[in-house]
Amino acid sequence: MTDTLAEHAARDLKAGTPLVEMDGCGKSYGAIRALEGINLTVNAGEVACVLGDNGAGKSTLIKIISGLHPHTEGTVKVDGKEVHFGSPRESLDHGIATVYQDLAVVPLMEVWRNFFLGSEIRKGSYPLAPLDIKAMREIADAELQKMGIVVKDINQPIGTLSGGQRQCVAIARAVYFGARVLILDEPTAALGVKQSGVVLKYTAAARDAGLGVVFITHNPHHAYLVGDHFIILKLGRRVLDKKRSEVTLEELTTEMAGGQELAALSHELER
Amino acid sequence: MSSSVVTKPSAAPPAPPPGRAERSLVSRVLARPEVGALAAAIVIFAFFYAIAPPFRTLPALATVLYASSTIGIVAVGVALLMIGGEFDLSAGVTVTTTALASAMICYQFSLNMWVGVVVSLLIALVIGFVNGYLVVRTGIPSFLITLSTFFILQGVNLGVTKLVTGTVATPNTSNLDGFDQARAIFASDVPLGFMTVKVTVLWWLVFVAVGTWLLLRTRTGNWITASGGNAASARAVGVPVRRVKIGLFMGVSFLAWFLGMHLLFNFSTVQAGLGVGNEFIYIIAAVVGGALLTGGYGSAVGSALGAFIFGMTTQGIVYAGWDPNWFRTFLGVMLLLAVMVNLYIKNYAAQRR
Repeated sequence: MTDTLAEHAARDLKAGTPLVEMDGCGKSYGAIRALEGINLTVNAGEVACVLGDNGAGKSTLIKIISGLHPHTEGTVKVDGKEVHFGSPRESLDHGIATVYQDLAVVPLMEVWRNFFLGSEIRKGSYPLAPLDIKAMREIADAELQKMGIVVKDINQPIGTLSGGQRQCVAIARAVYFGARVLILDEPTAALGVKQSGVVLKYTAAARDAGLGVVFITHNPHHAYLVGDHFIILKLGRRVLDKKRSEVTLEELTTEMAGGQELAALSHELER
Repeated sequence: MSSSVVTKPSAAPPAPPPGRAERSLVSRVLARPEVGALAAAIVIFAFFYAIAPPFRTLPALATVLYASSTIGIVAVGVALLMIGGEFDLSAGVTVTTTALASAMICYQFSLNMWVGVVVSLLIALVIGFVNGYLVVRTGIPSFLITLSTFFILQGVNLGVTKLVTGTVATPNTSNLDGFDQARAIFASDVPLGFMTVKVTVLWWLVFVAVGTWLLLRTRTGNWITASGGNAASARAVGVPVRRVKIGLFMGVSFLAWFLGMHLLFNFSTVQAGLGVGNEFIYIIAAVVGGALLTGGYGSAVGSALGAFIFGMTTQGIVYAGWDPNWFRTFLGVMLLLAVMVNLYIKNYAAQRR
């Protein structure tokens, strides 16, 4: 698995250089302000963990970076140049790949077609050039096996796989196509202990290959295992922003569990 | 990242681990969308072959194929559009619009027929583009958008024809320049040695072959299936869903134009009220051929089988000497059966095994 990452990582990545920089970034949906004043820097070779409760704005944050929704306030820079993504295609073309929480797969399509959807291999670059189906099947199969996933048949519809297997296909796809930045939206939420371990190892491997990783989760234990930098969001605002050296797991856990609110609650419910 | 796409796997994949199994032939065949339609086509063919002696002749087969082709040509486009997750109720009247436009423009200005052919193609593509653009721009279901287009065009067909010619049909255009030339392409008879078929039958087969290849062997086909199967997911991984859908609407109107040209050059004159109701026949052909109403699943070959079933039934009922009024009833029953078979097949294909 590490070799895939090393092989596909962009050559010019140098650990510590900022890949994505958000400055005062925000997003409003009509009158609702889902996110405001977010400063986030994703450096090459580092894992930035974004934590937060439901509705904290985690998904909105990654939708801005992955190009699903353009931001309405502040600036976003990729490789030092300001961008305003109009579609996920533009983000992908910058080498940013995302594992979405809903996985973004098409259930009735074959596993290999899902793997290469939007980035198909063709035998030529003219319009309507035929697909290189054999190569795509082999690559998809090999990449999945590297993750320890053995599908019965790479031609079966992806809807016939289990939830965990589908998650792994989505991750394998992002790892294969993400050359610079990898965004993982709650990648361990639907997984068991063992598969979560595989995902965390992938995250660490991506970091070691020099990619910038954005890891979104509400599990501080998973975050602390791989994170270099932690941001906690609450109701669309940043409430904590610390480097690994400045924060302990206990602090993260307490903050995630509600911090002072929890203390007040425990006082109220004292028995 | 484009460079990473072409890299081959670094090492040969290890020997297939345990747990790997090819799906059985039965399960793979049953997973094809057109299986139900193929079975139905065989049964219906055998049925009319048995009870209607005139059905057994080659000229009868040519007639059946011709009737099938006039539905099948547009049905290919409608099937692809449905796989892409959208509907087109205006396809039937678009056929008439293009034929009327072509005939009237050339007759009124005494132009070469080819001018009309080109102008009506542009009109058709504009209709398709407007349908598609409105659907992707507004997010209103294509059912409603194209229902509106259907009524608008139906009115325009009758109104403009009445205004220009004073009647509800175009004048005979067969004496205009270029008519015979265009007729050779759109409406000639082609001797195949053992039987003579209308050229539309051959065009139909070409369009089905192109549609099938497009759907299964090209990136565009992947994008069509994904746009219909899960538009949000497709967009998230970089598929230009809007462009795909607009293209599909334009594909349908292109094929409608083709059939419109056939009608014009076959009959020399066009009735303004023609084509109403055919949009449903195209949809039925696509659905009987295995296309899901919800999108993301179906085939071009299936739509051809659906059109062939339609052709066999319209002609078979006549050859069998029955009252043709029953035809629509039969069509309804077929559609109902097809939808139920498709549901069963879809559930079977999507089952976890």
